[in-house]
Amino acid sequence: MKHFPTLLGHEIRMLLVNPGTYIAAVLFLAVMGFVFTGILETYNAAPQETPPAAVFFQVFFIPVLFMVPLLTMKCLAEERRLGTIETLLTTPVTTTEVVLGKYGAAYALYLCMWGSTAGLFYIFQRFVGDRHLTDTGPIVGGYLFIAVSGLLFIALGVLASALSRSQSVAGILCFTLLFGLIVGGNYLSTAAWLDRVGFLPLRSAVEYTMIFEHLGDFTRGVVDARQLLFYASGTVVALILSVLSVEAKLLHS
Amino acid sequence: MPEDPPAIEVSHLVKAYAGVTAVNDISFKVARGEIIGFLGPNGAGKSTTMRILTGYLPATAGEVRICGLSVHEHPEEVKRQVGYMPENNPLPEDMRVSEYLYFRGRLKEVPRRMLGPRLDEVLELCDLKRVRHKIIGKLSKGFRQRVGIAEAILAEPPVIIMDEPTIGLDPHQILIVRDLIASLRGRMTVLISSHILPEIEMTCDRVLIINGGRVVAAGAPDQLRREIIGRATYTAELAGDPGALPAVLAGVEPSLRIAEMGEADAAGFRRYTFAADRHDELGEALLRVLAGGPAFRVRSLGRTHASLEDVFLAATRRSWDVVDPARNRDPK
Repeated sequence: MKHFPTLLGHEIRMLLVNPGTYIAAVLFLAVMGFVFTGILETYNAAPQETPPAAVFFQVFFIPVLFMVPLLTMKCLAEERRLGTIETLLTTPVTTTEVVLGKYGAAYALYLCMWGSTAGLFYIFQRFVGDRHLTDTGPIVGGYLFIAVSGLLFIALGVLASALSRSQSVAGILCFTLLFGLIVGGNYLSTAAWLDRVGFLPLRSAVEYTMIFEHLGDFTRGVVDARQLLFYASGTVVALILSVLSVEAKLLHS
Repeated sequence: MPEDPPAIEVSHLVKAYAGVTAVNDISFKVARGEIIGFLGPNGAGKSTTMRILTGYLPATAGEVRICGLSVHEHPEEVKRQVGYMPENNPLPEDMRVSEYLYFRGRLKEVPRRMLGPRLDEVLELCDLKRVRHKIIGKLSKGFRQRVGIAEAILAEPPVIIMDEPTIGLDPHQILIVRDLIASLRGRMTVLISSHILPEIEMTCDRVLIINGGRVVAAGAPDQLRREIIGRATYTAELAGDPGALPAVLAGVEPSLRIAEMGEADAAGFRRYTFAADRHDELGEALLRVLAGGPAFRVRSLGRTHASLEDVFLAATRRSWDVVDPARNRDPK
């Protein structure tokens, strides 16, 4: 892993000099600001039981479904399309270092973008004195969920990028994987056929992977080790598959 | 003292994928400091062989050693010994030249304190100083090729492998790249593939011709001319009775014969091509006989050398007669 810091630094630098990064960041902040304003208007109209932070993080899937494909679709697909992966892998770096470098940079940008939404809560806290509304517990829990779940989401994006040399195919594949993971679990949990005796293990597996349930736990301050294990193991599996995918494509190139 | 191992040693290399044998039992050696031209028609297996030498692709069978290190057993160490410029020279479009070379230098483990001076040296050598702050995507083809070459030689590896380094360049740029490659002679071992055969002939000490995944000829260009073309040819412009010529030629050398005869011009001169099986110089004896007697008047006489292109065409045409592998392994 000697070359990982060089690769990570290079990838972050390339993201920072790319105007697309700033356009994506501005759009992200605009959407999240719009969502935040909507939530505040709801609270202004009628009192609510849940703190606004919990409601804010409930819509995490909107930016995740669009931003994660945008952040990751280029990383390996573009290297393969341009052929620069060949020059990269004929230096003393390993495929694992290349994949981790790209993953690390995309994850760092993902965290920075979400981190910038902390400004919304800061402004809110400055102008609203109500301690109930500005409780830091759900905010910290929400950001912790974003950081932990982001590990898996970005890893899925990198995997999608490793599977195709077309950025658009990688983007669509990433969107599909994330949609299946985030929305699919919720949809399956409502299926009546899962209540049959033979499917009970499957039902518990589906409940184990329900992302919205995880979010609820995090914002209530419950950090379940099983959930952490789910994201950590999913991330490791997705990254191993990404490395294998890049190497398998070399074997058949 | 033990002798240094050859820079490149390939034995019985085979690469097959998707039911196609791209490289079929290739063996050759390249001595240190040699410049080798790697020739072959499209799809002959040149790029595949080069990719295996760099450790980018695994071989199906056989062994490749770079500076004595097995590519299969020590891929990372081998990558430190090789500078590689792939076909089409892929480069990141959105980086500056110096920024890209610095990044590559770090990946190639050039110590940070030495990287700055080395970068200046390489930029100077490749005449890239005036474009060092330019975005690679905005450079002309010639500059891009030179960035690729600069990247390959940056870490001063003992072996440089370049796949079509002069493709798409204008004659001025070809000249610069040729001089650049020639400047590496003796210091680095260079393996170049190209379709520009005069370039290869001028730059390389030896050539290796492959076709259908097999080595079909190997040796110095002169040696290949003798072996593959096999005959010496002379052209002459003569006036006189063509019927008397065979006897005169046979007097000089029994195998010397008329290969081609042109039409007589207004002054009575015809253009002849003579062929002889002997390879040593017959020009002087021929001139003495033709100009010495009253039967012929001589306007010009000269020996014609087969170009590497002729050798290449002849070798690939008879590509099914694989050259004796034992001879291919001789470095020079």
